Amino acid sequence: MKLFNCVHVGAKEISPLRVFGIFFIPNQIHQFGVYVYSTPKFATTKNIVFMTWKELFISSIGKKLVMGLTGIFLITFLIVHAGINACIFADLPFFNSEDNGEMFNKAAHFMGSTVLIRIMEIGLFAGIILHIVQGYLLELKNRQSRSVAYAKPMGNDGSKWYSRSMALLGTLILLFLIIHLGHFWVSARFTHNGLEPVVYNGVVMHDMFSLMKVTFTEAWVVVVYLLGCIALYFHLMHGFTSAFRTIGVSNKKYLLLLNSIGAGYSFIISALFALMPVAIYLNWVG
Amino acid sequence: MEHKHINLKLEVWRQQNSKAKGDFESYEVKDISTEMSFLEMFDVLNERLIKEGKDPIAFDHDCREGICGMCSMYINGRPHGPWEANTTCQLHMRAFNDGDTIVVEPWRANAFPVIKDLVVDRSAFDRIIQAGGYVSVNTGNAVDGNAIPIEKDKADAAFAAAMCIGCGACVAACKNSSAMLFTSAKVSHLALLPQGDPERKSRVVNMIAQMDKEGFGACTNTGACEAVCPKEISISNIARLNAEYLSAGLTS
Repeated sequence: MKLFNCVHVGAKEISPLRVFGIFFIPNQIHQFGVYVYSTPKFATTKNIVFMTWKELFISSIGKKLVMGLTGIFLITFLIVHAGINACIFADLPFFNSEDNGEMFNKAAHFMGSTVLIRIMEIGLFAGIILHIVQGYLLELKNRQSRSVAYAKPMGNDGSKWYSRSMALLGTLILLFLIIHLGHFWVSARFTHNGLEPVVYNGVVMHDMFSLMKVTFTEAWVVVVYLLGCIALYFHLMHGFTSAFRTIGVSNKKYLLLLNSIGAGYSFIISALFALMPVAIYLNWVG
Repeated sequence: MEHKHINLKLEVWRQQNSKAKGDFESYEVKDISTEMSFLEMFDVLNERLIKEGKDPIAFDHDCREGICGMCSMYINGRPHGPWEANTTCQLHMRAFNDGDTIVVEPWRANAFPVIKDLVVDRSAFDRIIQAGGYVSVNTGNAVDGNAIPIEKDKADAAFAAAMCIGCGACVAACKNSSAMLFTSAKVSHLALLPQGDPERKSRVVNMIAQMDKEGFGACTNTGACEAVCPKEISISNIARLNAEYLSAGLTS
C-alpha cells in the first residue's frame, strides 16, 4: 500500500522564527526550501487515531465535556423543579381559588410516588455529584497551572466576574443545596419530620405545602434562599452558554440564540425560585 | 497627534534565570517621545543601564511590526498593553500620560517558564504544533494552490484562524493559563480546509494530548483570551476545537 509522504518541519528549525504560517502551506515549504522528508512509518502510526474512553474523558476537553453535559442535565432538572414548585402559586388570590397547596401537594406526591421518577432521582444525584467533583478537580488543575500570580491582575478587562467565579458560585450553591436538602428532601424521603398527612380524593399524601409554610416563617431562611438564588443566577448566566460551547456549538447564529435563551432562562428560573420563599414569608400564598 | 515628551516610572519584573526568585525593580525614564514604541522606550532604558554598567532588561522582540509574535510583555494588567488588537511592539508611548507608573511583568504560566526578566520559554507552543500542525502532501511538483475549490466563508474563517502569531497572550490572559485559543486557531485553520482533511482526526487528538502534557489549564470560556488577542482570533474557534476533538474521540 502506498503511504503518504509526509512533510514535517522540526521545531528546532522553526522556533527561532516563530513563523508558524510557513509550514502549513505545502507550496511555500518548497519555495522556502524547508527540509522535506518522507517517513512512511510516521504516516502509519501517527495518523491512525484510537482513543480509549479513559483517554477521552481524562483529556482537558473530555473533562469539560463532563461538566457541560451534567450542566445541561441539571439545567433541564431545574425546569422540572421550578415547574412543580410553581404550583404553590395556584393559591395566589389572583387565581381566585381555595387551592391551599393542593396542586403542589399532588405534584409532589406524583414525583415521590412514581417509580420511574425515583429511578431518575438516582441519576440526578449522580449528575450533581459528578458535576461537583469534576468541577473541583478542574478548578484545582487550573489553579495549579499558574504558580506566580500577576501583581496587576486583569480583573474585569475582557471577562465577566461571574465567568471567572464559577467554582466560588458553585460552592455557594452547594452550601445552599445542603441546607435545602436538609429542609425538604431528607424530611420527605426519610424522617418525615414536620410532615402531616393530607387526604385528597381518598389518597393520603405528605403536606409538603405546610412544611414550606413552616420553613419560610423564619427570616434568615428566606435570606439564605435568596442568596442561593442569586448565586444560581450568576452560575447559570455563564454556565448555560458555556456548556453549549463546550459540546461544540460554534455556529454564530446558534450561539447568539443560546446567549439570549441563557439570559432569559437564568433570570426566569432564579426569579421564580426566589419568589417562593418571599411569597410564603409575606403571606401571598398559604 | 500632538508630539510630547513624557516622564514615566516603570516597575519591571527582574529575574536572573528560571530558578531564581524574581522581584520588581523601579526605573525612572525621562524625556520619552510619545512617538516612540513601547519597545523603543525599553531600548532607551537599556542603553542607559549598559552605560551605567548594569544588567540590561531582557525582553523578547523580533520583527517589531506585529507579525512575528515574539514580544510578550504584560503591561499594566494586560498582555500587550492597553490598546486592542495590537502587539507590544505596536504599542506607542502616546498611550500613556506624563507621570504614569507602568507595571511590566512577563507572561505568567507554569507552561511558560521565565528564562530571564521578561523573556519566557514558549517552546510548549512549538511542541503543540509539532504534534499535529502540518498537512500531508505527495512529493513532486508543487500543486496549483487554486486547483481545489474552497467555499469563500470557510477560506475566510481558516485565514482568520491562521492569523494567530503564537505570541501566547491568550495563555497570559487566561485565569487558567489555558492554551485553548492558540490550539483552536491552529486546529481550525487546517480543519476548515480540504488540504487539512487527511489528518483531521489525528491532528486534533495529538495536539490536545500535547497541550495537556505541557501543563496548560482547561478552558472555562471566560473570553479573556479573545479580548487580548493581537490578531483578534475568535473564541468560536475553541467551540470548533471542542467539536473536532469530540467527533475524533467518539468516532475513532
